[in-house]
Amino acid sequence: MDMKHRYIPMTETDRDEMLAAIGIATVDELFEDIPEKVRFKGELDIKPAKSETALMKELSHLASKNADSRHYTSFLGAGVYDHYKPIIVDHVISRSEFYTAYTPYQPEISQGELQAIFEFQTMICELTGMDLANSSMYDGGTALAEAGTLAAGHTRRKKLLVSETVHPESRDVVQAYAAGQFIEVVTIPHKDGVTDMEKLEQLIDGDTAAVLVQYPNFFGQVEDIESVGKIIHDQGGLFIVSSNPLALGVLTPPGKLGADITVGDAQPFGIPEQFGGPHCGYFATTTKLMRKVPGRLVGETTDEDGRRGYVLTLQAREQHIRRDKATSNICSNQALNALAASVAMTALGKVGVKEMAYQNIAKTRYAKEAFEKAGFDVKFGNVHFNEIVVDVKKPVAEVNEQLFHKGMIGGYDLSSTYPELANHTLIAVTEQRTKEEIDALVQEMEALHA
Amino acid sequence: MRNENQPLIFEISKEGRIGYSLPELDVPEVDLTNLLPETYIRSEEAELPEVSELDIMRHYTALSNRNHGVDTGFYPLGSCTMKYNPKINEAVARLSGFANIHPLQDEATVQGAMEIMYDLQEHLSEITGMDEVTLQPAAGAHGEWTALMMIRAFHESNGDFNRTKVLVPDSAHGTNPASATVAGFDTITVKSNDNGLVDIEDLKSKVGPDTAALMLTNPNTLGLFEEDILKMAEIVHGVGGKLYYDGANLNAVMAKARPGDMGFDAVHLNLHKTFTGPHGGGGPGSGPVGVKADLAPFLPKPVLVKEGDSYTFEYDRPQSIGRVKPFYGNFGIYLRAYTYIRSMGPDGLKAVTEYAVLNANYMMRRLEPYFDLPYPQHCKHEFVLSGRRQKKLGVRTLDMAKRLLDFGFHPPTIYFPLNVEEGMMIEPTETESKETLDSFIDAMIQIAKEVEETPEIVQEAPHTTVVNRLDETKAARHPVLRFKKKEEELVNA
Repeated sequence: MDMKHRYIPMTETDRDEMLAAIGIATVDELFEDIPEKVRFKGELDIKPAKSETALMKELSHLASKNADSRHYTSFLGAGVYDHYKPIIVDHVISRSEFYTAYTPYQPEISQGELQAIFEFQTMICELTGMDLANSSMYDGGTALAEAGTLAAGHTRRKKLLVSETVHPESRDVVQAYAAGQFIEVVTIPHKDGVTDMEKLEQLIDGDTAAVLVQYPNFFGQVEDIESVGKIIHDQGGLFIVSSNPLALGVLTPPGKLGADITVGDAQPFGIPEQFGGPHCGYFATTTKLMRKVPGRLVGETTDEDGRRGYVLTLQAREQHIRRDKATSNICSNQALNALAASVAMTALGKVGVKEMAYQNIAKTRYAKEAFEKAGFDVKFGNVHFNEIVVDVKKPVAEVNEQLFHKGMIGGYDLSSTYPELANHTLIAVTEQRTKEEIDALVQEMEALHA
Repeated sequence: MRNENQPLIFEISKEGRIGYSLPELDVPEVDLTNLLPETYIRSEEAELPEVSELDIMRHYTALSNRNHGVDTGFYPLGSCTMKYNPKINEAVARLSGFANIHPLQDEATVQGAMEIMYDLQEHLSEITGMDEVTLQPAAGAHGEWTALMMIRAFHESNGDFNRTKVLVPDSAHGTNPASATVAGFDTITVKSNDNGLVDIEDLKSKVGPDTAALMLTNPNTLGLFEEDILKMAEIVHGVGGKLYYDGANLNAVMAKARPGDMGFDAVHLNLHKTFTGPHGGGGPGSGPVGVKADLAPFLPKPVLVKEGDSYTFEYDRPQSIGRVKPFYGNFGIYLRAYTYIRSMGPDGLKAVTEYAVLNANYMMRRLEPYFDLPYPQHCKHEFVLSGRRQKKLGVRTLDMAKRLLDFGFHPPTIYFPLNVEEGMMIEPTETESKETLDSFIDAMIQIAKEVEETPEIVQEAPHTTVVNRLDETKAARHPVLRFKKKEEELVNA
């Protein structure tokens, strides 16, 4: 153990003094309780250490092998978006008082984190129109799954109806979580890109714990979710909405449309794509379900002198208190990303969030019309948020390969999850895409089409 | 330090200020009323703050000054492994080729990212002694649940549907029984013996044909190595159960002993503990799961495999438990862990363990004269003191923890594990200097003296923080979980 490393400060003198204080001669004596048979005696067969410079060089090289959205114009969304990220976000979350802290279990020295999360909870409530929000979940998919299992526990029913217009990967996660608790998951098919209401009426019954829909949905459509809510409420089940919080800058919040639980991912607010994670799930609900919420909640209180302060609260729901009776097993969440989202929501503010949401509709609209003008069939509906479904009449993978050579990352291949939509691509447009970039995409695809 | 209330961002908001710079709208305006039914057009604005960019920076800087992190000072929080978070990790995670890539891009365009994922899987397999690793779970508890689901699928694939019980020692982390419940199992608690280790007789009496698995942390939450691990493995395997390793305490045995060699069938790791992914104020974490070959068919999908010189995600896994998270896990966190492992190498990881354990034993022996030490044998990376001697003098462990704040230290984990009265669980980690350990020890000794001479100083602590003790009962009884404008402000607005 004579090796020197910049992360290990002990000197040989330190070590010898410490061994003397313990009353032993060698460090090995401290490991004698590990039975001989299971002691690992060799050297781990892993790569040798590299210096900071050499490692940075190697990893920068690996990074450069990836096509990123700074060097390519991306039209790929499907739940993860290249949005405007205010530069200030990274400055705030780089303050190491935030990122090197643990969960704020000692509130007197964690008021910064606690207050920031309290503000996050408030902003999520404002956008979703719900009574309360927790401090974050892993991501939108697991937040939706936990909403489903909460509903099953709350209603003591064992069936969830999930619309086919919910993100396919989120549906997979719902399925995996539901299997854990012996809950049945039934898919409501889509009709013209929205939940098939007739099928919903047929599938729903008194055993249905909840209906899960997405707003705007996976195809970018704004569905008539209010009617879905009425149907499930008539059956005494819960209405669960997965929602892109950015869209709520212009759309009526789910809380005003009867949602019992609203979940989603705050990735559009200042969080990089990062190959799919970490992002930032949120979970918002009504006061009625407050004591069943998974994860951490921050509440306001006062100290002994009457100063305002914040603490983790209603912890009797949580695993470290209730153990096998907890509402969820979640412990770590996405606190630092919740902070990032808070900073982005603060920077955008009341006016900016509306403007950014509106820009996403205007740009998507422009793309839709540009494709239509070029003779493409753009499927489904009138209003589109971020996403449009375009029939490209040939395998999407082929189209995307050609686009890549022109410096573009093409859309999501719908045939992988919706067999009836073979040769259809899901094109995403955010406020980041310029008119020229959209025109160039249409032009290239037109050329391929010909 | 103490001052007036720190305003909320909503309270410094002023109509007309902005903090953003959106791209110019270069396409025609649209009229939402032509596109959407009125019901779906938002009528009431979301009350987000209206502030300038400097307002934002000052606000969050002020908040950061009210927060303690590892970079602020010593953080000996037991079972949490609050070690230094290397700065190269942060630089790597922010490289554009990692930060700005989309999870659904064509695989050919993200081979660099997939290469790192694959190599990390290989490194973690070797470190844990397991055959295969998935990086998908987002955190430790998520990893526990994922592994238990795989164990359930394994039993069911053998036509064995009666294994409904998961055994968990009484000293286990709370996530263990909670994860067992979420995976559809009943939890059976196994007692600890007088030496703080699993009571083998009690274990024997509780295993049977209904045993799905035993979940074990080794070293356990008392910082003690379960010396009878091979016997326990034999007992559990003997009845057809599986052995699950909670990797929260891996920092104690890395390169010294591997879960795979101890008989464990599945293991989760906390990359945000052992492998320096920062804790971020509570997350994001990353909780990869390693398994032995017989559990591998049940791994969550997709599974990352290497074909020739390229990497691909395999979806055709008929026995898989499915997808536990959208996409492939918390890439940003396992990039940091990978960078760390590559910065340390095999000797480095061994030195990490040796110093983590040496530091803990040194602190334990220095503090032993002043506090009760229920389990006096050598510890691993952490140890648990009892404050029962001080409690007799009217001072609780909570008071001593609060008093430590006045010395600039984060307190240890307190009142855990549950089998130690007035417990204080101390984990120094290997990244702290002897000077830091000594100053913490001196503070603890002074506090022990204060308990005898001037207990009120301890009972009334903390004295130097921005707020003093907060009323948690009030917070729970009358929950205020969000800011609302006061009625009179709404009237005047």
